[in-house]
Amino acid sequence: MAEVNLRRIVKKYDEVEAVRGIDLDIADHEFVVLVGPSGCGKSTTLRMIAGLEDITDGEILIGGDVVNDVPPKDRDIAMVFQNYALYPHMTVEQNMSFGLRLKRFPKAEIRKRVDEAARILDIKELLARKPRQLSGGQRQRVAMGRAIVRNPKVFLFDEPLSNLDAKLRVQMRTEIKKVHQQVRTTTVYVTHDQVEAMTLADRVVVMNHGIIEQVGTPNQLYHDPKTRFVAGFIGSPAMNFIPCRMEGTSDGLSIRLTDQLAFPVPPSRAEHYRGHVQNGKLLLGLRPEHITEAGSHLEPGETPFEARLDVTEPMGMETLVYFPINGTQVCGRVNPNAGARDGAALRLAANLNNMHLIDDATGKVI
Amino acid sequence: MAVATVASAKGAASRPRYGSMSRNRTWALRWSYFFLVLFAIFFLLPPVYMLITSLKTSQEISAATNPWWVFHPTLENYRGLLTSNEYLTFFRNSALVSVFVVSVTMLISVPAAFALSRMKFWGSATLATGVFLTYLIPETLLFLPLFKMFAMFKEATDIELINRWWVLLILYPTLTVPFCTWIMIGYFASIPKELDEAALIDGASWMQTLTKIFIPVALPGLIAATIFAFTVSWAQFLYPLAFTTSVDQLVLPVGIITSLVKADVYNWGQIMTGALLGAAPPLIIYAFLMDYYIAGLTAGATKG
Repeated sequence: MAEVNLRRIVKKYDEVEAVRGIDLDIADHEFVVLVGPSGCGKSTTLRMIAGLEDITDGEILIGGDVVNDVPPKDRDIAMVFQNYALYPHMTVEQNMSFGLRLKRFPKAEIRKRVDEAARILDIKELLARKPRQLSGGQRQRVAMGRAIVRNPKVFLFDEPLSNLDAKLRVQMRTEIKKVHQQVRTTTVYVTHDQVEAMTLADRVVVMNHGIIEQVGTPNQLYHDPKTRFVAGFIGSPAMNFIPCRMEGTSDGLSIRLTDQLAFPVPPSRAEHYRGHVQNGKLLLGLRPEHITEAGSHLEPGETPFEARLDVTEPMGMETLVYFPINGTQVCGRVNPNAGARDGAALRLAANLNNMHLIDDATGKVI
Repeated sequence: MAVATVASAKGAASRPRYGSMSRNRTWALRWSYFFLVLFAIFFLLPPVYMLITSLKTSQEISAATNPWWVFHPTLENYRGLLTSNEYLTFFRNSALVSVFVVSVTMLISVPAAFALSRMKFWGSATLATGVFLTYLIPETLLFLPLFKMFAMFKEATDIELINRWWVLLILYPTLTVPFCTWIMIGYFASIPKELDEAALIDGASWMQTLTKIFIPVALPGLIAATIFAFTVSWAQFLYPLAFTTSVDQLVLPVGIITSLVKADVYNWGQIMTGALLGAAPPLIIYAFLMDYYIAGLTAGATKG
């Protein structure tokens, strides 16, 4: 068990900078998820921690020691790959014990560790099988077992659930979380799936274009995103971004979306935004769950408005409604009984207590 | 227009009986069988003729009887060859050369292929192509320069290389190593990269990754390469003809020709018997490892 520290890590492939100077401190026992779109540098970062890629610049510390020039086998890490990378000619037991056998562990110790890992992962009855006789989920477990028996300082997961079908993915997600609760090994997990990131992580690291956009707990990222990218990346359906202007009114501030439509800013927020009245390029960020059907009683901060729905998507427990505001498609989540129909008008309410205001020029949340 | 209508109506009428897919398949199968039988006859006729001739006496061979039938079968040719010291020497030389060449080839080409396909170093791709190009140079171009080299070697060290059966151990790998390396590169390339990365993290050295992961996983390719190396060294004719002359230094293909053809007298019965017996070892090996061989070749073909 150990902490992992990245100091100004840079990775260049010829002229292309895949990772552009990132700093990250991962505490002992922590489960950190690197998330971002493909090509954002998250996998490269993980592979640099593993020692599978050279570091162009910067330092990586595992357990306080700089490991830049330490080969993968001496970094005391274990990695789970997207395609599992099980040795096809070995049984499950041999796969799991391969690393220990190379390090010449005593037979009894190997036996004990394999049994323990098999118990944790519930794969005891599979130990004698070859990988080709296993289902995707079982292979995934074996790959994790291979990591667990090593009892390493750090677990590295490289998109381990991407090859599984949706149902199994959800199930294995829970398994991974359970395993981490039992073994408590420091974990760095890479995924492009923000739901996976939110559900698994103690802290999520959102990456984009080779830099870290924001680091925080899942709730921090969801409720308090620092950039437009994070605001749009975390959450599904994604946050709405509507071009707007800020207007000072007699009793405070108001967000003007169109000539007809303006939302008064709640007093609790108004103070914070007062300096941006002159800024012409602003975006209102509002999550779909903050645009709902207007009830008879409105909470403070809620503003009713009329919208003509383009498309409705009944999800069962809720219905997603899509409508245009000033040329931008906006998504809201309404009660399935609210009477939303394609092409019909519906009275909606926007809750601005949870609004975000984004400077369109810098992409920063104000 | 009218014609098209008639044709389509006709097609529609016949459809209920058998679908166009299955009819297509039936015809494809018929043609396949036709050509397969044709090829089988074409390729099996010479060995069958050899077998028939090997069972005849010299008198019957030269007599104007039906060449496709044995009227007085005899095993005299087999007895003669298998009790002749010469033939057994050829056989022994061939066996020794082949076994050694296969071992040397595998010892060189497997690690070479591993290095070229996995340990990305400066010029590895060019080197891999170079290996293949080497294979394309015909041996007929090489034996004269080789003669010259051996002569220079003799002058410098006083060690005679010409007319020694073991010099073939140096010559044959020039043919087998490039091709086997190429096959193995193709095979190793089909192994996912994550597999060696996993081994690397598990603590395996490059050598352990090769011996414990790559060789077992690429076993079909390895067997294909082995069979190829064996076939080439067993059947090689030009080099032993050029570099060995004494009867006790000859290998089978050359030995049969030089010892059983006396001036213009061809001992056809024994030549056929010798060739047939000589073809037996590769045949037996193929029969046992056929499946591996085919798997190995296709993997090399698509992934190389």
